[in-house]
Amino acid sequence: MEKNKKKKIKLNRRELLAGTASLGALALTSKAGIAETNPNNLPPNVPEWTAELGAGVDANPYGMPSEFEKNVIRRNVEWLTASTESSVNFTPIQDLEGIVTPNGLCFERHHGGVSIINPKDYRLMINGLVDREMIFTLDDLKRFPQTNKFYFLECAANGGMEWKGSQLNGCQYTFGMVHNVQYTGVKLSDLILETGLKPKAKWVLAEGSDSSGMTRSIPIEKILDDCMIAWAMNGEALRSEQGYPARLVVPGWEGNMWVKWLRRLEFGDMPYMTREETSKYTDLLPDGKARMFTWVMDAKSVVTSPSPEKSILYKGIHQLRGLAWSGRGKIKRVDVSLDGGKNWQTAKLHDPVMSKSLARFTLPFEWNGQELLVQSRAIDETNYVQPTIHELQKLRGVNSIYHNNSIATWKVNKDGTVDNVRLG
Amino acid sequence: MFALVKKTLIFLVLLAIPNFIIAEERKFNLGKIATKTEIAGWDIDVRPDGLGAPLGSGSAIKGEEVYAEQCASCHGDFGEGLDRWPELVGGEDSLDTHDPVKTTGSYWPYASTMYDYIYRAMPFGVAQSLTHDETYQVVAYLLYMNEIIDEDFVLNDKNIGKIKMPNVEGFLMPDPRPDIANVNGNPCMQNCDTPTKIIGKARDIDVTPEEEKS
Repeated sequence: MEKNKKKKIKLNRRELLAGTASLGALALTSKAGIAETNPNNLPPNVPEWTAELGAGVDANPYGMPSEFEKNVIRRNVEWLTASTESSVNFTPIQDLEGIVTPNGLCFERHHGGVSIINPKDYRLMINGLVDREMIFTLDDLKRFPQTNKFYFLECAANGGMEWKGSQLNGCQYTFGMVHNVQYTGVKLSDLILETGLKPKAKWVLAEGSDSSGMTRSIPIEKILDDCMIAWAMNGEALRSEQGYPARLVVPGWEGNMWVKWLRRLEFGDMPYMTREETSKYTDLLPDGKARMFTWVMDAKSVVTSPSPEKSILYKGIHQLRGLAWSGRGKIKRVDVSLDGGKNWQTAKLHDPVMSKSLARFTLPFEWNGQELLVQSRAIDETNYVQPTIHELQKLRGVNSIYHNNSIATWKVNKDGTVDNVRLG
Repeated sequence: MFALVKKTLIFLVLLAIPNFIIAEERKFNLGKIATKTEIAGWDIDVRPDGLGAPLGSGSAIKGEEVYAEQCASCHGDFGEGLDRWPELVGGEDSLDTHDPVKTTGSYWPYASTMYDYIYRAMPFGVAQSLTHDETYQVVAYLLYMNEIIDEDFVLNDKNIGKIKMPNVEGFLMPDPRPDIANVNGNPCMQNCDTPTKIIGKARDIDVTPEEEKS
């Protein structure tokens, strides 16, 4: 009898695993996501994971997410770019809680692929208008006074495909070029105590050692205010795809400036006008002129659930959840509308709310099968209010690509599925 | 005699000032002084005024060969861009239209940026493999294709900072944001006047990647 029971459970485990595989596919289609349950594991039965020993320590020397979370991954949009080495993928923010982005889920944006650098061969050169042109090893950097800070990093093109209309049906694809981690590193204001600074130094060229030689010009005021060189994120060394062994951190400013695989800082008396700040990352207006050096990421928010990937599965109470951030400081308030912006209620902001970091908000709501038009609206400590797409279009047209921080609308259909829609 | 002592003292004091600052400044005694050779190898950027442009020269006539060999497989024989690789030529008078075409000719404000970027990042996957002369040649070829210079114009480190690009006046600074109407942190909360008609749906556009079914 005991034996039979165990055999039956084992069989069911295989069935369960098979079931999980197809469930994965199902969940990814943004429908349902309800696990097929195995009644043998439910009360009053003894579940198989209780009847058997589990894996021992060191089964995974570096722990990985549960096998049932395989759909929580970065995703890209293949047709956007010519090659994966010069491309982007997106953080699955619809599947994350709190404000910390796990290192393996931080979106990637590369211009010449991921450089693999032996930390022993890492060098940071500082040259130009400094008293002493110098070279630092990674060990040198780690001996400077240390700073630990949470910051969001958002690509200036996050939401760039949505200027003309709702194009991608996913929270991940429309808002996922953002992540939020705790950085450990050295402030540049400490580093330059070693090199000195000539009075004429007004700009810094930050240069990566990747195959694109990524370069951006940054004004000296920002460099001395809060920029840092980070070698760790969320308590461990940077991931290679995030610039291992060291990257620049430019809090609140567009992600392109956070040069990864940082190899050089050159101090000069004028901007360098690199490809990334002329041909790219300039914002074209309807009259054919383009805004240049638009660095700050304005306040923004998004409802991560419900969202196109997160259908509503049950009638009754739900916890709406979302993320808000501002490159100008702290988030002060987030409002949520369920009727397309006609009426708003203020959501709960969860501690900690930090400057230039993601903030988490939630709001309970009842769903009884009715259609909803879900929106969120962030207000930051400068009293800046997240705009509608129409407000932005009026000023900037539809060909800016960058800096679309407008309010998105998720339409909850009667069957609980959710669509990215444009109101007008 | 006293005058001499006084002068000497002043001289010594003047000498001492910079030493004093240097001693103060190097606070942690970390890192090492970079040599000129080390800096020369890594300091490859070229500024709009031509600062940093390495010795070298090239014309469009020579550049055509280099371009055909090193660039055309992605950017097309005429800079038209194959697949999703960038267009490099044309697009004039398109920036204020519905479909702007941003090329080196129509959009890029400085020829220095072309040199800087091509040398540091191109050909894609073989970065920093062109010689300085080859880089000047390719830049000259692109400038010629965009009708900015003649085919026999010899581009070099002395004149690259003087090339006038058509769109050099096309950029606005400083950043005017926040540019939306300031409602002072108090937006409308009830019965707000806002359109709620659905005018577009991402699902209908149908370009969202679909997961592979296992």
